Amino acid sequence: MSQVDEQENSSHDGARSELTSSLAKLANSHAPSTSLGSRAVGIGLEARGIHAWYGDHLVLEDVSLDFWSGTVTALIGPSGCGKSTFIRTLNRMHEFIPGAAMAGQVLLDGEDVYAPGVDVTKIRLKIGMVFQKPNPFPSMTISENVLAGLKLAQIKTENKDDLLEECLERAGLWTEVKDRLGAYGGSLSGGQQQRLCIARSLAVRPEVLLMDEPCSSLDPGSTLKVEETIAHLATSMAVIIVTHNMQQAARVSDYTAFFLSDGGPGKMVEVGPTGEIFSRPKDKRTENYVTGRFG
Amino acid sequence: MTTTIRPQKPWQASPSQRLISASVLALSVAASFLIVALTPMKGKLAYFVVFFLAFALLDFIFHFASRGLSAAKDSLARAVIVLGIALGVFPIISILATVFVRGYKGLHWGLFTHDMKLNSVSDPIGQGGLLHALTGTTLLVLVALIISVPLGILTAVYMTEVRGRFLKPIKFLVQAMSGVPSIVAGLFILSSIVYTVTKSYSGFVGSLALSILMIPTVARTSEEVLLLIPNDLREAGTALGGTQWRTVAMVVVPAARSGLVTAMILGVARIAGETAPIILLTGGGDSVNANPFHGPMGSLPFYIWKSYAVGTPESITRAWAGIFVLLTIVLILFISARILSGRKASK
Repeated sequence: MSQVDEQENSSHDGARSELTSSLAKLANSHAPSTSLGSRAVGIGLEARGIHAWYGDHLVLEDVSLDFWSGTVTALIGPSGCGKSTFIRTLNRMHEFIPGAAMAGQVLLDGEDVYAPGVDVTKIRLKIGMVFQKPNPFPSMTISENVLAGLKLAQIKTENKDDLLEECLERAGLWTEVKDRLGAYGGSLSGGQQQRLCIARSLAVRPEVLLMDEPCSSLDPGSTLKVEETIAHLATSMAVIIVTHNMQQAARVSDYTAFFLSDGGPGKMVEVGPTGEIFSRPKDKRTENYVTGRFG
Repeated sequence: MTTTIRPQKPWQASPSQRLISASVLALSVAASFLIVALTPMKGKLAYFVVFFLAFALLDFIFHFASRGLSAAKDSLARAVIVLGIALGVFPIISILATVFVRGYKGLHWGLFTHDMKLNSVSDPIGQGGLLHALTGTTLLVLVALIISVPLGILTAVYMTEVRGRFLKPIKFLVQAMSGVPSIVAGLFILSSIVYTVTKSYSGFVGSLALSILMIPTVARTSEEVLLLIPNDLREAGTALGGTQWRTVAMVVVPAARSGLVTAMILGVARIAGETAPIILLTGGGDSVNANPFHGPMGSLPFYIWKSYAVGTPESITRAWAGIFVLLTIVLILFISARILSGRKASK
């Protein structure tokens, strides 16, 4: 830490503590503030020493993180620090990018998803994903969209109508679309489309849900609805959400991991209960970021 | 009493400006007549050339005088562009008009109910018809369609989705194939299939040659359509646990459905009027033959070629009527392709 930084820090001290405390209040309002993982059911997903490359370019270095079922983990950090790359290594979507490479282990219920002979489609069934831009399948109706995963993965279900209603209900969309399930997915508003995509990923009953900036293209009202959905989902699965919005991280997550790149590969600076990250971060860089000093 | 504000368009030309524009036009027309009359130049082309030069010059001068050099240059550029459009559109309109004027004399309902089994092309127009040619062209195109559309779309899927090791050579091949002259396709089938295997003419071998021409068209258009499908959808399909094949078959191809139909129609329009391989391979019968695997098969291009070659007034009228029908079919196909792809764009 340089002299200049120190001076600047002290001059902004008042403003910072005020901002930090309001974020921390937000974070503490629902997150487990006592012990790590009070709602935890057990480790669902473990990342061990994840590195990722695009070509010869190392973009992510040595990230180890555990995700518990029943919790929401937010990944925050400035653009280009490897958050999205990291979650794409978890469900093996990383390998779709030409020239991509990785090192490390991802353990789902103790089994390495990158082990030879693992059926990658089964992995992706257990680790669902919601993308930055809502992407309902344009050739399908709302109900076909929700049930698309079953058809894609050739899963037989007894009662499709119940599943349809359950998934839309859990995604907080049922009351809005129950009268027009036959309409095309593209006819919904952006926020509804995103919740449709959430419902779609729930239909195959994943154990983990990855969300890559799910609200970045939504208006505040839709964002609120999606956040309510996330809170609801986290009772039964592990949710991992990448977000640029720190208020959002504070509102929805139990744990927060801060990623940062200093021009080189992205690294995880700090992880902890969300309340602590926003009120008493151990690392100076985390503090600077969560108080809005950069990023 | 309240005054209502009416919508106005202050940017539109005022009546006086319109009058000047009209007089520039009239002056140009007058100049063209005057100059053609006073000089040895003759013919429609002379009128057109002189009119255009006079109009460009007068318009330039008028704009220069009223609004300066840059406006004058602008008007000159516009005049040149309009000339380009006229030169491009005129032959098309001329072809359509000629086909209509000469073709409609040969039209009668019997065309669609009779073949030429009992008639010669020099018989009076009311006798005989081109039913054999219509059924022949339909069957030829249908068989070629059945062969080409799956192969073309699968090639496109390889080029956009699989992107395997042979991507570059196949792309190159498809592009090179779309430039293959149709006579080469015909000769290839003649030497490789007709002389060695079937030893006889039939509609099917004709369709094979047409497929050689159609596959590259379908493959290239489908490739462009599939490339327009956002990558998000492929990722979403795979992230839901679909294999690549199921994602392509259930998400990507259905999303591109209307574009693929357009590709198909453009492929059909490409081959419907092909003549050279048809003349080489189908034998060109005069009676309706519904079996593409046996016997000579008539077709519209063959009928036109044969009728025109006879050279009597009746046969030439028949040829024009055949062209009229063929052109109408191709136009209908193109227009339906436009409508289908337009509907996609507006969605």
